[in-house]
Amino acid sequence: MNERRAFLKGLVAAAVPKGSDPLTQAGSDPLTPAAAPDAWLERYSRQLVLPQWSEAAQRALEDASVLVVGAGALGSPVATYLAGAGVGRLGVVDDGDVEVSNLHRQHLHFTPDVGVPKAHSAVSKLGFLNPEIVIEPYQAAFNDAMLEGIDLVVDCTDAFATRYAINAACCAAGIPLVEGGVVGMSGLVMAIRPGETACYRCAFPQAPLEGAVPTCAQAGVLGPAAGVVGSLQALEALKLLVGLPALTDAFLQVDLATHDFLRVAVKRRDDCPDCGDA
Amino acid sequence: MLDITELTCPMTWVRTKLELEKLAPGEALEVRCPEGEALENVPRSAADAGHDVQVDGALVTIVRR
Repeated sequence: MNERRAFLKGLVAAAVPKGSDPLTQAGSDPLTPAAAPDAWLERYSRQLVLPQWSEAAQRALEDASVLVVGAGALGSPVATYLAGAGVGRLGVVDDGDVEVSNLHRQHLHFTPDVGVPKAHSAVSKLGFLNPEIVIEPYQAAFNDAMLEGIDLVVDCTDAFATRYAINAACCAAGIPLVEGGVVGMSGLVMAIRPGETACYRCAFPQAPLEGAVPTCAQAGVLGPAAGVVGSLQALEALKLLVGLPALTDAFLQVDLATHDFLRVAVKRRDDCPDCGDA
Repeated sequence: MLDITELTCPMTWVRTKLELEKLAPGEALEVRCPEGEALENVPRSAADAGHDVQVDGALVTIVRR
């Protein structure tokens, strides 16, 4: 750990002016919106300038608490973009440790992080990215209690059982959810407003049979393919948070080998065990 | 009156856009622009966003749509 900390301190020394080291001054940065509105404006200027964006949208992000479940290939771009965009409180959930085989696609983790809990490795980098927000690591598997006070969940896990569990928990709690998955050079993204739009189980009532779909470890995955899918998830999360039209009642099937993006319409199912009325 | 003469693009339009967001439709914002790029970009951005724009020297008057 000492070697890793020295590595991070080296990064700070190279990149951050003296006195603003987020490793030692977490939460005490002087650049709060009230104290330095120009710094706030500067940080978010390239999204504030968008016709679709506004100060109200930016404040909505600051007031939001988002849980990113999984700090791997999808969680890395998702947490990076949400932190950079200014989501006020970000929880990062992962019960695994960084492995050297993760590094080609999980850009929040570096070689000196191998063996470190992924949640902590991710959060330490995100603190450098945006010291204005609160970022909390959860070194644990997802459980329903984590949804307390959460406004939106982004599912960046890689197992169908977990995906269905997160979908069911978000439907029960009425918390918007962005689903995503990637394997090989293809992936899927779906935005969900429980009770209003089709949920993941409406679209996929049953998990594929065990072994029918190769896992990431069996089939492999290219880093940029995961980056595309994770970036799409982050984009949909931002849209849901600020009330822009999102990829709801549909999922996007992305084939990066053939460059096909296919939007597939989905309807809510009355008999859906997760979100149905029955 | 919003004075953006000390700002450079794109902060000139960012600041103007956020001020416009505070206004009700039909209300006007007077913006004092620096000469040069901003005096082209701010009126054009405002017009692109659908607002009514009048330019008098370095003074840009924008009526929120």
